[in-house]
Amino acid sequence: MADALVLMEGINKSFPGVHALNNARFELLPGEIHALVGENGAGKSTLMKILSGIYSKDDGRIIYKGKEVNITRPREAQDLGISMIHQELNLMQHLTVAQNIFIGREPRTARFMLDERAMNAKAQDLIKTMNLDLDPRAKVADLTVAKQQMVEIAKALSFNSDVLIMDEPTAPLTDVEIEDLFRLIRDLRTKGVGVVHISHRLEELKQISDRVTVMRDGQYVNTVPTATTSIDQIISMMVGRTIYEATPEIPANPSQEVVLEVKHLNRGRTIKDVSFQLKKGEILGFAGLVGAGRTEVGRAIFGADRLDSGEIYVKGQRVEIHSPGDAVRHGISYLSEDRKRYGAVLGMSVEDNVVMATLGRYLLGRTVVNTAQTHVSANRAVQALAIKTPGLAQKVRNLSGGNQQKVIIGKWLDANTDILIFDEPTRGIDVGAKSEIYKLLNNLVQQGKSIIMISSELPEILRMSHRIVVMCEGRITGELSASEATQESIMRLATQRTSAVVTNAGAESNS
Amino acid sequence: MQATMTQRRSIFRSDAIQRILAFAALIVLFIFFSVASPNFLQFDNIIGILLATCVNGVLAIGVTFVIIAGGIDLSVGTVMTLSAVMTGVVVTNMGLPVWLGILAGVGTGALCGLVNGTVVSRMRVPPFIATLGMFYIASGLALILSNLHPIYFNDTPIFRELAMGSVIGAVIPGLDIPNAVLIMLVAALIAGFILNRTILGRYTFALGSNEEATRLSGVNAAMWKTAVFTLCSTFAGLAGVLIAARLNSAQPSLGAGYELGAIAAAVIGGTSLSGGEGTILGTIIGALLISTLTNGLRIMSVPQEWQIVITGIIVILAVYLDIVRRQRR
Repeated sequence: MADALVLMEGINKSFPGVHALNNARFELLPGEIHALVGENGAGKSTLMKILSGIYSKDDGRIIYKGKEVNITRPREAQDLGISMIHQELNLMQHLTVAQNIFIGREPRTARFMLDERAMNAKAQDLIKTMNLDLDPRAKVADLTVAKQQMVEIAKALSFNSDVLIMDEPTAPLTDVEIEDLFRLIRDLRTKGVGVVHISHRLEELKQISDRVTVMRDGQYVNTVPTATTSIDQIISMMVGRTIYEATPEIPANPSQEVVLEVKHLNRGRTIKDVSFQLKKGEILGFAGLVGAGRTEVGRAIFGADRLDSGEIYVKGQRVEIHSPGDAVRHGISYLSEDRKRYGAVLGMSVEDNVVMATLGRYLLGRTVVNTAQTHVSANRAVQALAIKTPGLAQKVRNLSGGNQQKVIIGKWLDANTDILIFDEPTRGIDVGAKSEIYKLLNNLVQQGKSIIMISSELPEILRMSHRIVVMCEGRITGELSASEATQESIMRLATQRTSAVVTNAGAESNS
Repeated sequence: MQATMTQRRSIFRSDAIQRILAFAALIVLFIFFSVASPNFLQFDNIIGILLATCVNGVLAIGVTFVIIAGGIDLSVGTVMTLSAVMTGVVVTNMGLPVWLGILAGVGTGALCGLVNGTVVSRMRVPPFIATLGMFYIASGLALILSNLHPIYFNDTPIFRELAMGSVIGAVIPGLDIPNAVLIMLVAALIAGFILNRTILGRYTFALGSNEEATRLSGVNAAMWKTAVFTLCSTFAGLAGVLIAARLNSAQPSLGAGYELGAIAAAVIGGTSLSGGEGTILGTIIGALLISTLTNGLRIMSVPQEWQIVITGIIVILAVYLDIVRRQRR
């Protein structure tokens, strides 16, 4: 098409050992929201990073507004009107909102003098036109993740961009916040901005995008209009097979035995009077907005953070948990939402990671590790969990997200813990690997393990949980059984903001 | 209600706490030593403390920039020495005018910083290693240039006056605050201005906060990082001129160890070693705290060995308190 805003053709890109893009193509029209999908490693981010000047292409051409361009640095892309919001938030936590938005382009009174007042005023104007609730002088570190995301978008828009690329912008957001974001994106569309939206959440793409481009293994598969294409069709293009199952698959759980009970947990502003029970063989979903305190509860039970007050009972016995070591001894494990930082030791091998929590069991004498034994255990984990790795000595860094997650699960299975707290178990994992993780969770509870699953994806919560606990602002605002829970009922509880809770609490204390 | 909560929190979180803490500690020390010894709160002694702060203070100002930018500079002590020697060579050995000597001293510092910055940002050598290398290079060059001997400024008495004379004393008789103190304060004011009001200051914070994000924002991160290191060593150069004027000589074997005093001052003053946080005022308070402690303990006849031990404890305590403050968030 002649009037395309961006046309990328024949793009090739290799990294050492990986052919990341192979003759990739992409076309973006003005005033279009264009979804870019593919499994992890399909090359979506790489392709967009080439467009925004972060990587340089080995081969191929980019036509922008009818002219061939050669973009080699982020600044050049910005000057052309191409902005990208990255998967990991790229803000300077110690600077204010306005300082972040105008970094690199600060209004000045003289060559090197900052004009802070003009900058704050400009930021305020921008925030107003975007209908956002942000204080330009607020430090970014003090903002919620959702608001930080808005700062990123405000920053991208401040370039008067004609092309806005968003790499998984909704991953850390909750449904309400996503609605806000989509409102913003639709506004942009009417202004003629071309928006590229990379996401793993296909329902979401269905909702927002005009067209979808599918990539697989670094190659272009197809571009189709969203309205006339079903999610199943998109997925089969992504993976080359049909695997999507949206229906709940919760195996019955007849057990009434309580394996974990917590009473009146408190920790600062993040956990307020949290009590709940976990039954044997159950998946207990923890739903809520980002920042509701779910992760904090998980970490506190695991002993990673100190509680101000509260009681924890494992199988009816009161236990004191002051460290993750205590938690593991009582059969509790926690799988962090941030695999790279807290879950796996990326620079070590699959084998080393699997036996990490239990190394004490594999000793010859007191200090020497019995590698023959660790070998057996690691092999068992690789087979049981179908971890795709060339070998036990492979560094975890080189595995895909889904397989990294499996290695971590393998670690805790090796520790033989009965209570597993999964924090966002499928974050950043592609569709195929997701359903494998789901299958794994179901297998675990069938073996009599009990699982707390913290997730921000409502379909995932609804699909997997026997019961659902909903949190908001540090409190538990409700509990739902699998049969009564709907996206709407969960969201209602998840948005019971402090005002409502305060009056309830007041009423209770009055009675 | 929401608003007041965030506001209260931001005050509680603010970097001001650490500075207030350091300032409070300084006051407590003052009161303690005043009570412990009548000799402490004498005009001459206070001047002595201020004078003892000057060199470390100026070094610490420079180091504060590098630390806020997420780096470290281990070379400031020996770069200071090299600058002092350079001034001596120009003024005494070559007989050139004093102002040229000062310029040569400060310029030598700036040049060392330019090298540091280039090695760090272009060659991607970690700051710890790059500046450790410069530590040795500057130290060796100082010995070579001076031919291992101190260079005295006996022919140019005006040079010593630059640090030890008192412009203030000339205007207000009796208030004989040495110029060195004045120079430190002016340096601090300029540094504070650079840090808070200029592009360089903004990018110093940005680099320490998130270097990759800064780069992706289209900022020439390598260039600004080089500028930060250059600025730091320029202050080291100024410190070199100061110490030479104060001692009326350039001592080529002095210098090692000064970098740690400067880093300690910055850290006590609330500069975060993980980058992104810090103030010049805090650093000056930190430097004052160290020299007050040393001075007070000496007046109380605590052996010098123990003074050093206590300084070490204070550094650890200051960082520990900072960590406690963060955890409370």
